[in-house]
Parts: sequence; structure tokens; C-alpha cells
Amino acid sequence: MSATAPAPVEGGPGAPAVAATGGESLDAYARRWWAGVKAGELGSLPIVIGLIIIAIVFQSRNDNFLTAGNFVNLIVQAAAITTIGMGIVFVLLLGEIDLSVGYVSAVAGVATALLTLPDNSHVFAAGPTLVIALLIGLAIGTMHGLIITKVGIPSFVVTLAGLLGWNGVVLLLIGDRGTVIIQNSFFVGFANDFLPSATAWIVAIVGIVLYAGSLFWQRRQRARHGLPNAPDTLLLLRVVGLAIAVLAVVYVCNKDRGIPYVLLMLSGVYILWTYVLNRTRFGRHIYAVGGNAEAARRAGINVDNIKIACFAICSMMAALGGIVLASRLRSVDTGAGGGSILLYSIAAAVIGGTSLFGGRGHIKSAVLGALVIASIDNGLGLLGLSAGTKFVITAGVLLLAVTVDSVARKGRESHGRA
Amino acid sequence: MSDTPILELRGISKSFGAVQALYEVDFHVSAGEVMALVGDNGAGKSTLIKCIAGIYSIDSGDILFDGEAVSIHGPKDAARLGIEVVYQDLALADNLDVVQNMFLGREELTGPLRALDELTMEKRANDTLASLSVTTIRSVRQTVAGLSGGQRQSVAVAKAVMWNSRVVILDEPTAALGVAQTRQVLDLVKRLGEQGLAVVLISHNLHDIFEVADSITVLRLGQNVAEYKRSEVTQTQVVEAITAGKLSKVPGVAEEVIA
Repeated sequence: MSATAPAPVEGGPGAPAVAATGGESLDAYARRWWAGVKAGELGSLPIVIGLIIIAIVFQSRNDNFLTAGNFVNLIVQAAAITTIGMGIVFVLLLGEIDLSVGYVSAVAGVATALLTLPDNSHVFAAGPTLVIALLIGLAIGTMHGLIITKVGIPSFVVTLAGLLGWNGVVLLLIGDRGTVIIQNSFFVGFANDFLPSATAWIVAIVGIVLYAGSLFWQRRQRARHGLPNAPDTLLLLRVVGLAIAVLAVVYVCNKDRGIPYVLLMLSGVYILWTYVLNRTRFGRHIYAVGGNAEAARRAGINVDNIKIACFAICSMMAALGGIVLASRLRSVDTGAGGGSILLYSIAAAVIGGTSLFGGRGHIKSAVLGALVIASIDNGLGLLGLSAGTKFVITAGVLLLAVTVDSVARKGRESHGRA
Repeated sequence: MSDTPILELRGISKSFGAVQALYEVDFHVSAGEVMALVGDNGAGKSTLIKCIAGIYSIDSGDILFDGEAVSIHGPKDAARLGIEVVYQDLALADNLDVVQNMFLGREELTGPLRALDELTMEKRANDTLASLSVTTIRSVRQTVAGLSGGQRQSVAVAKAVMWNSRVVILDEPTAALGVAQTRQVLDLVKRLGEQGLAVVLISHNLHDIFEVADSITVLRLGQNVAEYKRSEVTQTQVVEAITAGKLSKVPGVAEEVIA
């Protein structure tokens, strides 16, 4: 999980509008990229700048912001909304919305806590519990998707009903217990334990080597087929950039408690969903349905099935996020899934650059957006500001991000790149 | 131009409730021929191509492909025969690039993970565009949103001819285009004919039709009223046929009102 993590497929949606031509110099590439930026193809640029500003502002106010300890806290705090936000990206890509993710995550969290209670007649082990919780999410999402596509009710209404309904289910499941403490060691450790430092280094280096290998293999294949490649220097910069970012994260985390297991999980799902969206037929069809549903239908794509699958993935990721959240708090109570979870998750995807109108966005949007939101939340907490101030400032950032996106879109339209 | 038409329709009728949209229409097109289908609004042009494309089923009549009777029950049947339709709205996804649009729904896959075979697709897209002499598209990896109307039409046509198609139906391909763009598309239509495809061109613009079509079929109120060789007819004659062509079956007043 880093700003320079695996680049999207060459020329995927959102990449510079013009692909690189063979033998192009880095200079020419940079100039064309800058022309793209000026025309509104901003990519992740605004958010990276935003993160730098956030870091400078908070560090100048409180020396504790940029410390190893706080960095590790930040990762754990951002984990749940990153996970849920990744699911939200799938429904936003369709131009739909899911308002129920907060309480769906709570249903999974409560289910996890209840299934592993030691005073049950049958105590579930960690593995089966994880599978059951994720399947609950999958089933809920499939149900939402079926109602939306087969009955034809807008996703806003269906998931608004879900928002209320799944909140009710959470209350019913918890009953008069009030709070359920998680006692299974795996689920307690999920968001609270850390990789041994040697293991972290090995995982990081293997990851970097695999990334570099895949980029160079792809380059060789394209060259063999006589297709244009991005400049070699850029390729090298990407690998070096990722290596520096990953190694820095490992180094900093190891100075404190270490890399949280939950970061490993996030990296795994990040790679999985990025691959699905960019390299599989299913992912391509998601973008097509979001861009022009009628064209997709005429191309023989089963639009309903794509939608159902996206809602299922969204709810399943919400379930995973709910487990992360429950693990971090080591318990679930009647307030689970409420508060800012839903809005932060959707805001993460949107701040990261996923369009609300469908067809534009990446999994990395959720990661970057969640990092922004968690940073603000964390920084304002360090400054000792109230929840009220946090919400107002986060709202301002959300509005700013959407404004940047909207202005950029107008720029693209006037440059014929809408 | 071979003797047996690739696609021949005999006595096609189609009605929607009380409205007789097509009445015993005959139509044919041969390999290497550009057949223009003309008629005023409500003449049945769109209904006819939707019957060919499998979107509507016909009430009666025969469809012959390569001289053999076939039945077309859906768009997939039409595609299997090699009939491709480029609709007026082009059906392109703006957020996808040229390659992604051309292979939409028919992506090539590779490897044990069934990943998208971007290399093969990009090469084939380049080859297809080159074979159609489409030189105005700088890169097949730019999104369709950034293309001009003529370029988008070219992409839609290239998408249609890439699949060994034998009959390409173009619905008003120049309707929304400027002078230079229209030029591009008309050249493209000519090249399709030269490459041995049967082309059906629907247009309101007689100037365009007289430039590229080999033959002209005129529909009026759902019936055939004339069929011409371009070399043997003037624009005035075609206009007369469109507006006042002789009908074999005079529709009743009530039917006219409904239509």
C-alpha cells in the first residue's frame, strides 16, 4: 500500500490520453503528461499534493504527527475505511451507490464476535468464521443486486432500506448483551498484531522483485510484438519509486511496533482487485457498463449480472472491513457500523478520484482517499480538536476534492477529453 | 459483384399492432456492393434493418443468406452469419480506449489466469484500422471521448468489420458530421465495398448516396417503390420515388393516421 503501488495497465481508463510511442524520450513523455494534466487528466496528482500539505500542516502544529508510532496508528486507523472504500469503488464505477456498507460491515463484525464466543455450544475456529462472515457479506450484496436489477429499484433506495434494515439486524443479533468482546486470538491479532521485522523485510523485497519482474516482462512482450513502450527511464523510475516507498514504510514501521498484519491483508486485496479491474474480462465489462450501459448490452454483456456481482463484491468488502474494525476495537457493541464509517468510506473513494457518474476510478482511489481522511482524523485528534471540528474539516476536504474533480472534468471537456 | 446476393429478403412483412410497418418488402445486397436504403421518415428503413439484425422478428417472408434460407431470432444469430450493424449512436463507451471498444464483449484472453490479451488485441486493432486506411487516429490507446465524430464513426465501423463480417449495415453514418468528417466516412464506406463486403447504407443525404452507392432501394410507407442502379438514375427521380412512389397496396386512411 503506497502512493506508487502497481501502476494501472498501460493506457487503462484514466491513464494519459495518448499512449507512449516507441523510443520516446523521458522528456517528451513528461511534456505530454504535463499537457494532459493541464487538460484535466489529473490522475493522482491533486491527492498526493493534498497529502503533502496535510503532513506539513499537522507536523508544524504537533511534532507527534510524523513519528513512527503515529504512522503505524494511521495505517491501522485507515484500514477499515480503505477496505470498505475498495468495495465502494466497484459500485461507483457502475454509477450506482451503496449506502448500506456501514451496517453490513457491522453485521459481519457481530457475526464474527458471536461465532467465536467461548461460551457457545459450538465455537467456530478463525478460518471458518472468516469464511462465514465474508459469505454473509456476499449474500447481502447479491440480494441488494438482485432487487436493484431484477425488480428495477434504484440502488439509492434499496441500500437506504439496507442502511436501516441491517442496523436493525445488528441490534437483534447483539440483543441485550450490549457489548460483545472478541476473544478469538486470530481476530484480536488481525488489526492489533505486527509482523516480525525480518519477515516484513522479506515480504517487502519479494513484492518489489515481483513488481519489477512483471513490468519488465510486459515490456519485453510488447517489444517482441512490435508495440510501443513507455520510455525505459520511466519504467526504472516506477520500480525505484515503489522500492523506496515500500522500504521506507517497512523501515519506519519497524522502528515502532512493526508492519501491522492488516497492512499485509490490504496489500493482498489491493493487488487482487486491481488485477480484476485492469486485467480481466469482468473488470473491463464493469468499466463498459459504467461508461455506456447500452453499448455494453449491445456488445452482448449481461449488464444485470455485472451489477449484481459488483454489489456482492461491495458488501463482501464491507464485511471484511467490519471484521477489521471489530478487531481493532476488540469488541462490537450496539453502535457498530454507525457514526462516520459509511460516509468516510464513500468519501475515501470519491476523494481518491473515483467518479460518482460511473466509468472512472481505480482501487487505488480508495487507498489514497482513506489515507487523506485518516490523516485528517488522526491529525485533528492529536491537536485535541472535537469531533465537530473533525467533521467540518473533513467535509471541507471532501467538497474540495469533488470540486477539483469537477473543474478537471470541465477542463477535459473543453479539451475534448471528457 | 457476384450473381447470388449475400443477403436477400423476400416478401418481408412486419406489423406492430394495427400498424403495418413493412409490407412484402424485397431487398438484396451482393458482395462488393454498396446498397443505399432510402425513404422518408416512417418509411420502414429502421424496422427493416432491425429485422435483419435480429432485434425484431419478422411476421412473414424469407431471409436468404448466401442463397439459403436462414432464420434470425436475435442479434447473436445475425452476428454468427456475419451481419454487423453500426447504429447511429455508435454504441461506444467514452471512458474506454479504442482497442477496448473494438473488442468489447469479445475480448481475447491469454494464459492460465485468463487475463486480457492486450498485446493481441492492440495489434489486431491496429491492423484492422490500417486495412481500412484509417490514418487519423494517432493512438489506439486513447479514450474514445477524445475522438472527433468522424474518428468515432471509423472506430465503430472498424469494430463491425473486424469479425470476418460479410454484411455491414450503416445507419445514418454521416448525419452528425461536418464536411471533412463526412469525406472520411464516405471514403471508408467505399473501401468496405472494394474489400468485398456487402454494405447497406441508410441515409437521408442523396448527395452522399450518389457518391458511394452502387444501387438504391427506395421504401415508402413500408413498401418497395423502386430499385435503381446509381448510374441509371438522377437525384430528381429518387426524390420523386421517396415522396410519391407508386404503392402496390394503398394504406387506408385509418392506418395512415396511426402511422
